[in-house]
Amino acid sequence: MLLAENISLAIKSLISNKMRALLTMLGIIIGIAAVIAILTVGNSLTKTVSDTMQQVGANDVYIMVTERSDSEKVDESKKSSVDGVQYGILKKSSTMRDEDYITSDMISDMCDELGEDIYAVNITHSLGDVSLSYNGKSASSSVRGASVGYFVTNEVEILAGSMFSVNDFSQEKNTALIPEAVAKELFGDDISEATGKQIEFSTKTENAVITVLGVYEAKSAGNGMMTMTAMKNSIIMPLRSAMNIDRSKGQYSYFQVIAKEGSDPIELSEKIKEFYRPYYRNNERFRVAVITYDSLLDMLYQLLNTITTAISIIAAIALLVGGIGVMNIMLVSVTERTREIGTRKALGAKNSSIRAQFLVEAMIICLIGGIIGVIFGIAGGVFASHLMGYPASPSIPGIIIALLFSMSIGLIFGYLPANKAAKMNPIDALRYE
Amino acid sequence: MDSIIKLENIIKRYYIGQPNELEILHGISLEVKKGEFVSIVGPSGSGKSTLMNVIGALDKPTSGIYHLDGIDVGNAEDNELSDIRNLKIGFVFQTYNLISKTTALSNVELPMLYAGIPRAKRRERAKELLAMVEMDERAKHLPEELSGGQKQRVAIARAMANDPAIILADEPTGALDTKTGRLVMDIFHRLNEEQKKTIVLITHSPELATETERIVTIRDGVLYE
Repeated sequence: MLLAENISLAIKSLISNKMRALLTMLGIIIGIAAVIAILTVGNSLTKTVSDTMQQVGANDVYIMVTERSDSEKVDESKKSSVDGVQYGILKKSSTMRDEDYITSDMISDMCDELGEDIYAVNITHSLGDVSLSYNGKSASSSVRGASVGYFVTNEVEILAGSMFSVNDFSQEKNTALIPEAVAKELFGDDISEATGKQIEFSTKTENAVITVLGVYEAKSAGNGMMTMTAMKNSIIMPLRSAMNIDRSKGQYSYFQVIAKEGSDPIELSEKIKEFYRPYYRNNERFRVAVITYDSLLDMLYQLLNTITTAISIIAAIALLVGGIGVMNIMLVSVTERTREIGTRKALGAKNSSIRAQFLVEAMIICLIGGIIGVIFGIAGGVFASHLMGYPASPSIPGIIIALLFSMSIGLIFGYLPANKAAKMNPIDALRYE
Repeated sequence: MDSIIKLENIIKRYYIGQPNELEILHGISLEVKKGEFVSIVGPSGSGKSTLMNVIGALDKPTSGIYHLDGIDVGNAEDNELSDIRNLKIGFVFQTYNLISKTTALSNVELPMLYAGIPRAKRRERAKELLAMVEMDERAKHLPEELSGGQKQRVAIARAMANDPAIILADEPTGALDTKTGRLVMDIFHRLNEEQKKTIVLITHSPELATETERIVTIRDGVLYE
């Protein structure tokens, strides 16, 4: 019954003290804005990641040689769930010695041992950036050797010519699939011209001639996080053929295993980890890390959680300070209005009515502060999401909870001043100058 | 005639049980009949304010019996005292005590708001009351835009809001010049004569008291008639 009156009373009182009200709200605004911004960014990130996850195979397991962190050098049994993966290792590390790499023998042993769980192995070997020439025309691209398993996780569409045959792999032929862009550059718009032609290419140290088998377009190139976009547009050769060109010894720092339908990729990743453990037991600097999409997802969530926790703590402090500010200003307001309180009591206001009046005022301050904070938070969150390249999606339940939360701050921190007002002796209050 | 106010042997002490225990009212008995216009006169320090607080249900007596319109005020709880003040007593203060930043109309509505009267009814009655004190044209004005006499007229309209059993006026002309003070006193006389309102006027001025039908004097916590 009194609620509507109390709300209009509170708004009137705020309007007559605009500057004071705004300064009081500042802590609440900052706290709520921080919460909403992080929720928006987190929500956008989570949504984008889970959308990406739906496109890629959940059966993929990645195996990579990774540097041990300082703590791991002492105790390998402590496994962090993120597995200490450093993405810089994806590239051939110059500090890696021969004995640090995974060898072809290890991989074939692994396939023998875990064959019933493994569907395919995707190994790639990069020759790096190359310059190409055909009939006086030149282009630049990169060249990669890929095992048959590469085509299991990376869907390619042949636009002209044909796919590799088994012979290309077994006979280590210098054949290649070239991306559409490269074909257009060298052979003009009619990309079917490319088929069967021989292209010369040179890396930093080697020269070779390859026969174009077909022109392809990458439909999906695995996980965006694991496959650099440059890889989508590189020339693909059979793995062995590429390794022959730079006389690579069959050493790998990274490859991918695809679990068989019905096998648990997480279980497989554990088995693979166990398989490589003996090889690296005495290696002080490197070890093998095995990750699945689940663990990647875990890693991402963990990162997100860390950020969220940090910002939440900051927000909580801001809200606490804001709440104390509200309490302070309400105590001032109650003292200023002592005579008004006395008059209201003389006119028949019950203690509970006085308490409600001041509680509503504190809650309105916090609610308005919360609304302003939500607006700033969404703006900040959308901005940050765009900077990171994700479509922003503000969290609606988050906004509702934030507003309810800011009102409850008003309730908690407004209670003491409101109670002080309610408990005033009407005689003393009326006499107050 | 029925008595509206009935005080029997009212004693009020402060600092009870402490070395500086102080007795302000020494067993006061007073009966005010319905429709009476009584003035309580006394110099400052006589216990006049304490007596007003007891009559106004702002304070409870240490001992003695107080009945207001048949209600036992002496033994009432806090919330009951609020209701008594709301429904049975209309306060008029020397300093007007209008709620600032709130229109004259809303000020008059306030006691009815606390009584839980619906908005439309409140508004209607508040307008009638303002018309009665010839303040209807200034209903939308804020207290700070009104003169002292105008404020006091709004305050009287507010005191009448819930049609109380008594009007308790504490030095209502104390802050006004003679002319506007006269105007305010005329309103009290009109309320007393036309609406048969019981009015208790508290003042230090014997002059003002002579206007009322009955004068009660308080000195050192004792009543003389």
